[in-house]
Amino acid sequence: MLRFLIRRLLSGALVLWLISVFTFGIFFVAPDNVPRMICGRLCTQTQVALITKQLGLNQPLVVQYWHFLDRLLHGNLGYSYYNSEPVSTLIGNALPVTASLAVGAAVLWLVGGVTIGVISAVRPRSLLDRAGTIFALIGLSMPSFLIGILLLYFLFFKLTTAGLAWFPPSGYVGITTDPLEWAHHLILPWCALAFITAATYVRLTRSQMLEVLGEDYVRTARSKGIAKRRVTIRHALRAALTPVVTQFGIDLAGLLGGAIVTERLFGLPGLGELAVGSVTRQDQPVVIATVLLAAVFIVMANIVVDLLYAVLDPRVRLS
Amino acid sequence: MSTDMTADGAPEAADGTPEPGAVAVAEAPAAPRAQSGAIQGRSPWQLAWLHLRKDKAAMISLAFIVVLVVVSISAPLLAHWIGWGPTDQDRTQGLTVDGLPVGPSGRHLLGTDNLGRDILSRTIYGSQVSLLVGVVSTLLAVAMGVLVGLVSGYFGGIVDSFLSRAMDVVLSFPFLLFAIALVSIYGSSLAISVFVIAFFSWAAVGRIVRGQTLSIREKEYVEAARSLGANDLRIMFVDVLPNLLAPVIVYTTLLIPIAIVFEATLSFLGLGVVPPTPTWGNMLSDSQDFYQVAWWFPLFPGLALLLTTLAFNLLGDGVRDALDPRAERLFQD
Amino acid sequence: MSTDTTSAEPLVEVQDAVKYFPIKQGIIVKREVGRVHAVEGVSLTVRRGETLGLVGETGCGKSTLARCITKLHPLTSGKLMFEGQDITGLSRSQVRPYRRRMQMIFQDPYGSLNPRRRVGSIIGDPFAIHGEGERDERKPKVQELMELVGLNPEHYNRFPAEFSGGQRQRIGVARALALKPSLIVADEPVSALDVSIQAQVLNLLEDLQREFSLTYVFISHDLSVVRHVSDRIAVMYLGQVVELADSEELHDRPRHPYTNALLSAASIADPDQAAARQRIVLTGDVPSPIAPPTGCRFHPRCPKAQEICVQQVPPLLARSGDPDSHLTACHFPVEPGEDLTRVTATIPDEERAE
Repeated sequence: MLRFLIRRLLSGALVLWLISVFTFGIFFVAPDNVPRMICGRLCTQTQVALITKQLGLNQPLVVQYWHFLDRLLHGNLGYSYYNSEPVSTLIGNALPVTASLAVGAAVLWLVGGVTIGVISAVRPRSLLDRAGTIFALIGLSMPSFLIGILLLYFLFFKLTTAGLAWFPPSGYVGITTDPLEWAHHLILPWCALAFITAATYVRLTRSQMLEVLGEDYVRTARSKGIAKRRVTIRHALRAALTPVVTQFGIDLAGLLGGAIVTERLFGLPGLGELAVGSVTRQDQPVVIATVLLAAVFIVMANIVVDLLYAVLDPRVRLS
Repeated sequence: MSTDMTADGAPEAADGTPEPGAVAVAEAPAAPRAQSGAIQGRSPWQLAWLHLRKDKAAMISLAFIVVLVVVSISAPLLAHWIGWGPTDQDRTQGLTVDGLPVGPSGRHLLGTDNLGRDILSRTIYGSQVSLLVGVVSTLLAVAMGVLVGLVSGYFGGIVDSFLSRAMDVVLSFPFLLFAIALVSIYGSSLAISVFVIAFFSWAAVGRIVRGQTLSIREKEYVEAARSLGANDLRIMFVDVLPNLLAPVIVYTTLLIPIAIVFEATLSFLGLGVVPPTPTWGNMLSDSQDFYQVAWWFPLFPGLALLLTTLAFNLLGDGVRDALDPRAERLFQD
Repeated sequence: MSTDTTSAEPLVEVQDAVKYFPIKQGIIVKREVGRVHAVEGVSLTVRRGETLGLVGETGCGKSTLARCITKLHPLTSGKLMFEGQDITGLSRSQVRPYRRRMQMIFQDPYGSLNPRRRVGSIIGDPFAIHGEGERDERKPKVQELMELVGLNPEHYNRFPAEFSGGQRQRIGVARALALKPSLIVADEPVSALDVSIQAQVLNLLEDLQREFSLTYVFISHDLSVVRHVSDRIAVMYLGQVVELADSEELHDRPRHPYTNALLSAASIADPDQAAARQRIVLTGDVPSPIAPPTGCRFHPRCPKAQEICVQQVPPLLARSGDPDSHLTACHFPVEPGEDLTRVTATIPDEERAE
């Protein structure tokens, strides 16, 4: 087990390093008008040259990369080209927003998706099952912004004009400021983000459960007299969960992508917004930091999933 | 030579032509013995097609896609017929007095957008981008993925370690974010969109192909080919590849809708095709500020997007079922 | 099985063949932590025109040996001669011309044919690979082969799934025959078939051998099948040949305890004889080839094992009273008339299998 963990960590580190090189390379091969952008329109050549020197942009790429790596390992993420704030601060401000969005949505889709999936499997062909299947069908075919717009239209616009201003269209309130408002502002974004992903879990759980429920050992448990609900939850569900865990890992990895769109749609100042904004502004340090952060998250998520897999399925541990 | 009995005892006449009603022992569904003379075996592909034909949802989806392709190709013709091009602004009746989009009417069947352009025409033209980007980027990704996966799985060793590592790296990239980054540096265009989507999709294909190749490599018929003296290249393309095609095709049909959604997301964020060329994604993006007063604005491109993706998903599901009935269906009834 | 076309000149010669498969482990760099001793010092000759049977339990190395002979696995050490030429160290491309003259027939009729290719294409593969003839010239040749093995040549365009197990094996035979090889190594060719079909395929092989002067190496775990088809039989255990003799000689006077045990387990058609005979039941399982026992590898299960058996590997040679062609590797070969069910081993209990 330990050997397994070490091997995964090493390969994860290698991957992260390669990503950092790649990211760095992409950005610095690009046309470099950054100093001019920082300096503004009324810049003279000398001022541009000065800024270039200041930011060390005239040094060979390898040297720049070395400095970059060096600072990174010391925890210094650099300063934004745009407003000269430390990148870590910017990220620090944006992170709670995205985290709130992500965690809330993840809980929602996991619990919702799996529950509907289990119910569908236990009562195949019932009305609930049919509804669940249609839900899954639609969810898998929609991009997240479409759901977002639909939610905004129906739950915000229509309701508000009807006098029931239940849901706000945008904005973020920190959890420490006002928990109720925090949740209030996040409900629609959670639903938008979760809806699509939940669809995958509904169908996955359903098909896995159906397969497991058909297995002999489940029949044995029932014939021993164990209550149906207990059999379903304790025995069948655990066996069916392994692919769900893998899927969860994949979805965690794609979370940032979904967050980008949702944050844009609902006006949440999270990492996604920060990333997109800084990309359009060619604010390299922020972009690089965000990309690396996302990559770290993805790699970690994958390792955790692998570990969970090993915990759930003893056969993996032994191989 | 002696006559042979099929394993379940169905007798064959002395010259080998089957008795009526004889059924072949098979892993595949029983192929009815055709007329004698030049006996053509029913290939697994033909059998799969026959199976697919019975799947109503898949057939409807296929029809929809065909219609969509036709519409997409004949867009200029249709635009001419409607009377509005995708970038024509109706300066007289395109907007209300307040400068807001006009709803569906005889003049504009699906209404207008915030610049007075006909939505029907734009939606039709939007299909061009979605289909083009979706299909081309998928094909590119699949070609690349199959090549890499095949080489990696077949040769193993250092080659495999290296290529697997490459695939892991690509799969660990935060897709959308990086796509956005690439696009913002190199500009947004059709070609860039295609390339970016292909770049992030090939690794998934590669992984699957590699896994399949690893298991096919151990099969006895590969060993037999080797014992006959076939070289690696021949084994890869004549023996391994045909057995890969089925899962690859299934994955392709599932990848297309993902690529279409990816493109729509990129153009939603303003990083796809350059306006004023319409795509469903950028139409939806434009509609963000107007949906409250113009429900038709997001509805029609949104519906088009949804139906197209749905059609590909259902078709892919049907194809998967036809090629490998033991696999799980996406949408089971 | 074959008649007097046997000549003295060996077609295949194997000298001290050894084949190990390494077991690798490691985090970044994999190192060898053990080996599977699949074949341990086997020397054999196969004479032109004969059928040599290779018999043994699963894991005894017979399949590995077969694949070493046909150069599918490189030998770890030892020498391999084919038609008088040393082909041990040849590279893949150098071996290629030899592949026309030695072919294999595989065990699994369902796995040895590519399910996505038509039968005509499968049988025509050897022609295509070795560049013989244009595509249109191949078809009549393939159809000729199909007729030869008892298949309808009009089924040229069918897929393997449309044939029965026995027919598929015939396809495999046709494929092996295509380039008119001198040696065919058949790895359990009938083990996966129903008994009635087995007879048909064996008869086919017999007819083909006569017609084309073929030499067979016939591998099986079923002694009764091997007895019917072979001229000579080699019995293998855990990577080594323990007994080698002419077919009838082996059945009449088996000298090695393992051969005796195998023979006693084989089915006897006559129910009276079957009831009368005593079954020799061996204790324990076949040990793992990763850590084979010392000395005579059979000693943990042998009813006659003595101290020397644990320490010394018995050489394979003719025992007193046996013809020169009958070789046994045993310190205490079974005497004619000896009843193995009444014998006890004298080695300490730790050496014995459970």
